[in-house]
Amino acid sequence: MKNTRYKRYTAGFALLFILLIAALYANLVFGSVNLTAGKIFGVLSGNPSDATTSNIILGIRLPRLLSAAILGGALSVSGFLLQNFFSNPIAGPFVLGISSGAKLVVALVMIFFLGRGIVLGSATLIFAAFTGSLLSMGFILLVSGRVRKMSVLIISGVMTGYICSAVTDIVIAFADDSDIVNLHNWSTGTFSGTSWSDVKTAAIVTGTSLIASFMLSKPMSAYQFGESYAENSGVNIKRFRIALILLSSILSACVTAFAGPVSFVGIAVPHLTKSLFKTAKPIVIIPASFIGGAVFCLVSDLIARTLFAPRELSISSVTAVFGAPVVIFIMLKRESRKFRR
Amino acid sequence: MENIFSIETVSLTAGYTKKEIVKELSISVSPGEIVTLIGPNGSGKSTVLKTIASQLSPLSGTVLIDGKPGREMNEKETAKKMSVLLTKKAEPELITCGEVVESGRYPYTGRLGFLSRDDRRISEEAMALTGISYLKDTDFECISDGQRQLVMIARAVCQEPEIMILDEPTSFLDVSHKLELLWILEKLANEKNISVIMSLHEVELAQKVSDRIICIKNGKADRTGTPEEVFSDNYISRLYGIRYGYYNEENGSAELSASGTAPEIFVIGGGGSAVNVYRKLRRRNIPFAAGIIHTNDREYFTACSLASEVISEKAFEPVSDESVDKAIEVMKKCKGYICCLKDLGTMNIKTGRIIEYAKNNLKNMQSL
Repeated sequence: MKNTRYKRYTAGFALLFILLIAALYANLVFGSVNLTAGKIFGVLSGNPSDATTSNIILGIRLPRLLSAAILGGALSVSGFLLQNFFSNPIAGPFVLGISSGAKLVVALVMIFFLGRGIVLGSATLIFAAFTGSLLSMGFILLVSGRVRKMSVLIISGVMTGYICSAVTDIVIAFADDSDIVNLHNWSTGTFSGTSWSDVKTAAIVTGTSLIASFMLSKPMSAYQFGESYAENSGVNIKRFRIALILLSSILSACVTAFAGPVSFVGIAVPHLTKSLFKTAKPIVIIPASFIGGAVFCLVSDLIARTLFAPRELSISSVTAVFGAPVVIFIMLKRESRKFRR
Repeated sequence: MENIFSIETVSLTAGYTKKEIVKELSISVSPGEIVTLIGPNGSGKSTVLKTIASQLSPLSGTVLIDGKPGREMNEKETAKKMSVLLTKKAEPELITCGEVVESGRYPYTGRLGFLSRDDRRISEEAMALTGISYLKDTDFECISDGQRQLVMIARAVCQEPEIMILDEPTSFLDVSHKLELLWILEKLANEKNISVIMSLHEVELAQKVSDRIICIKNGKADRTGTPEEVFSDNYISRLYGIRYGYYNEENGSAELSASGTAPEIFVIGGGGSAVNVYRKLRRRNIPFAAGIIHTNDREYFTACSLASEVISEKAFEPVSDESVDKAIEVMKKCKGYICCLKDLGTMNIKTGRIIEYAKNNLKNMQSL
């Protein structure tokens, strides 16, 4: 049995890697100009056939697909951390209003500085988003401390999300014309226009948080038995909870700062990976859902930009179409298994 | 050598920030001893257990674990000393029972929680001890409440504690699982010298399994002692404030109370033959008298609990003429009779006289 379990893990990771490579490749090939494998390898190996192709790949597609992959992974891990924290399978940065809180603060900061002609660096954006995430998180914690009910938690999260989005819309409506196009695009979620420096910052922030989360996988597995059992296992609950809140907020803040709010990835991907690996062990699921999230966002972004090209869809509308049904399906499956007991 | 208790509380006051729930509690548990807390719902048994398990800070006083203040120990140390089983159900998802048990090794594994060969062996042993080895590869979500409780016990054992703290471990379990669980706890106390401190709702089980019992009522330890000391002079009925029935401390059975008005039917019983008739009459709310029952008869308690009047005879003495006359006196007020005796013996041969009287003067209600 132990053996079959490890076989499953190996097979799962192998599958995810194959999907990741396929998704990365597809994102390089397809677009307003379809490229061939030969041209791509030419550019990547340093002897491009022509300048346009080189530009498309190095200037546009590569940074975009890297940011989609990194941020998608970050979102999934953030979702998994939140699900662990609230012991609630449908918790996630978007559902709990954390993304929207981040979005609001980022929009406010952007408008304030852009209005004064100051262009913001990515670090400032992340910091603004992080502040917003923590504000929403604080509100959610306040509610969850008072009412210990799953549905109340989700509803208050969704409501927070709506309020923040509404305020963001109002703020955008009063912004200068020149800012609006950019802000509007960003506030619905997109991976377009990512620069190499953005990719670098996102990679550093996400990478660090990912490693930190992975190091928390042992207390997280104890926490799956509930707070008291975790405490009895020797987990320092206070420190653990703070670490989990900070990490999930940083991860989702990083995504929001660069791509705006992206829905459902944080719920759907951890669920899919858990069913694929048939386990909820954080030590497996954290890396697996990172890769899974990367694949999910790469595919979604490919669809968003190619389906109705040259018109681009917002990334959230694609992830919602794929993510929401997955969530419903898995919840139904879970319920039916409970009744079969 | 000075005797070191596994757990000792020194004038411990337990509760929450604004509310003291149990005051000035002094408990001591020796290695291998089973100590049970009993008491009415909401008396604070869980609060006491949580405080001993260092999950709540004491409001005043101290909890000593192996003679060392629990407050001074860090989480890891505490985890290696004691394991808990709580009333709140743990609901981890997608996990096999084997993995649940292995999770008890938490305080012993490294940074990422990989299990060593020893860890695996210990968890296999814990499963064998609790008789759940067959569940090893089964999903934890797909087993019964009783099995789940045993898996959690195995997990607690796997933690290799010196102390086990269990909050109502038998609730939601059927009688077979209840007994199995307590049998396992006894085994742990005897074989591994683990100190067990738990709360139980089933007083009759507490009486049988505990070395010592602590009765919590009105925010303090109302009575502490061996089961024999606690279960005497109708204390249990007082502890729980039983109003609608009776609790028999000797055989641990409970009876609902009867109306207690003038008897309408006389039941001739003895030797346990009339127990079911007593209960049936009580259910139908028909007041009755019972006789002639020896005080050591196994239906004596039931008769006393349920009948309006009981004509009794001293233990080991033959039924006397006086008792017979008394019974006939009572019969004169009754309308009917039920005779549950088929044969008479040396000790109750005179009961024959009241049967005779009943046949001649009262209506036979046997069909009731």
